Amino acid sequence: MTDGPRLPDGGRVTAGRDAAGTSAVTAALEIEGLSKSFGGLPAVRGVTLQIAPGERRLLLGPNGAGKTTLFNLITGDIHADSGIVRLGGRDISRLRPHRRAHLGLARTYQVITLFSSDTLLHNLTLSLLGVSASRWNPLLPLSRRDDLRERALALLERVGLSQVAERKLSETSYGEQRRLEIAMALAQEPRVLLLDEPFAGLSREERRDMQQELSRIPREVTMVMIEHDLDVALSFADRIAVLHQGQVLVEGTRTEVVADARVQEIYLGA
Amino acid sequence: MKRAALLALALAVLVAPAILPWDFYVNIATQVLIAAIFALSLNLLVGYGGLISLGHGAFLGASAYAVIFLTTRAGMAQLPAAACAVVFATFLAALFGPIALRASGLGFLMITLALGQIMWGVAYRWVEVTGGDNGLSGFTRPQPFGLDLSSPHAFYVLALLVFGCSFAFIALLVHSPFGAGLRGVRDQPRRLRALGFDTWLIRYAAFVIAAFWAAVAGVLWAYYNQFVSPHVLSLTNSAEVLLMVIAGGAGTLFGPVAGAVIVVLLKNVASAYVTRWMMLLGIVFVVIVVFMPEGLVPGLARLRRRSTGGVARPRTEGA
Repeated sequence: MTDGPRLPDGGRVTAGRDAAGTSAVTAALEIEGLSKSFGGLPAVRGVTLQIAPGERRLLLGPNGAGKTTLFNLITGDIHADSGIVRLGGRDISRLRPHRRAHLGLARTYQVITLFSSDTLLHNLTLSLLGVSASRWNPLLPLSRRDDLRERALALLERVGLSQVAERKLSETSYGEQRRLEIAMALAQEPRVLLLDEPFAGLSREERRDMQQELSRIPREVTMVMIEHDLDVALSFADRIAVLHQGQVLVEGTRTEVVADARVQEIYLGA
Repeated sequence: MKRAALLALALAVLVAPAILPWDFYVNIATQVLIAAIFALSLNLLVGYGGLISLGHGAFLGASAYAVIFLTTRAGMAQLPAAACAVVFATFLAALFGPIALRASGLGFLMITLALGQIMWGVAYRWVEVTGGDNGLSGFTRPQPFGLDLSSPHAFYVLALLVFGCSFAFIALLVHSPFGAGLRGVRDQPRRLRALGFDTWLIRYAAFVIAAFWAAVAGVLWAYYNQFVSPHVLSLTNSAEVLLMVIAGGAGTLFGPVAGAVIVVLLKNVASAYVTRWMMLLGIVFVVIVVFMPEGLVPGLARLRRRSTGGVARPRTEGA
């Protein structure tokens, strides 16, 4: 992936840390009053968040706080009961998931969701195809698409997986699969990248690798991360939102959030 | 080298019926080809799309009824009638698709079963058009460019050509970007959606394409039998083709062909010696499922790999 990510409306990305509250810069991702209940049980209750272009946002919260549900609502995997999701200022609340992907929304999953009987190369090729019009071509052999192959290999190289490119996914390690997830998300050249516990289940070294991987992602990509490992997560985040019982409990900078008494009580202290 | 030898053998087997003198076996070979086209088309859904249909016979049947009705009752010429029949059955799939694809998995299976049964009911009850239980007869094979297709050998060649086209098309399709998407829908639909694929539309397209080739098989079926009755739309027919796909190896190119060979041979040859050939078919199916749950073609490939002690090759079918 040599060319940079698409920018909203061709606009310039500004350092977004202080933009979250202001309307000077269109938020890369904006969530307004998002709610979802499962069978009467509220999972996400009126969540409102603004994430500025280039921002690294961390979502914290105990299990069942609604973090993953929030991701699923943003990507359109599930329908919100109410509320609006805007990507680069555009209302995407009614778009189906694949359309949202085309507009520059990519995600990784908490539980690895990959094509396990295919090679890493094929997995990545699928990701490239997803945002290419040629995904509908029924007659041209995929093996002849050298352009896709080269781009896929370059991406695998970038995350240090080129030597296992032809290996079947099921024959690779968990850490490699996690890195592939990142590569697949980046392959789509997203504006906004949602990372659902990218460090889960990784060894210490793998964590360090992943941290490096993420820090190398350019600021053109806005990132929202769910993570429980506070050591890695806190160094990643510009701003933090703490979710509790489906609601935003506290939102602010690292220091503000860590110092907040309620956060200490329900999350850090508990 | 081995591959070339295998290819030569396959070609010899395919060409042999065109020159050998025994009409009975030539006709069986033709039946195999028609069944193979039918099974190949269903395999797109079952094997590559992960959509198990119990109503695929609806499209073969609709097409067979249409071509016979249009020529014998509506007085249409052979070629336009054949084209109309294929278009009609494909269009029917375009209508059925949104209903069947409300669900996947068991839901899809039940809805296709129901739709297939509706088609059977229509054929059985709408006597003015379908002839009811008596079916439609008085149909003869076409004579394109003065070629007489009434001879078993000439008709075999036609079936072989159509089979070649369908096989080539499906082989291309499953290795194309669309094919990759279709297999992706089967394996990880949610992930594929998040990657930007319209999973519903992929399934729908596969459903319609599968029906198209089933309809093509339906026209050949009508030419071969020169008669159609509600039996063609019965559940047995849809189940039989599903059996071919699963027994032969769903999600492989050659599996459905192997399945078609087994079922048609058992049906025609074994039924000459055993009255309960269906029971025999059942036993064969059970044996295959027990010893090669992935189907005959992948199962034999696995056994061969084991016996030659070779390193497990990556499945080329998946690439």
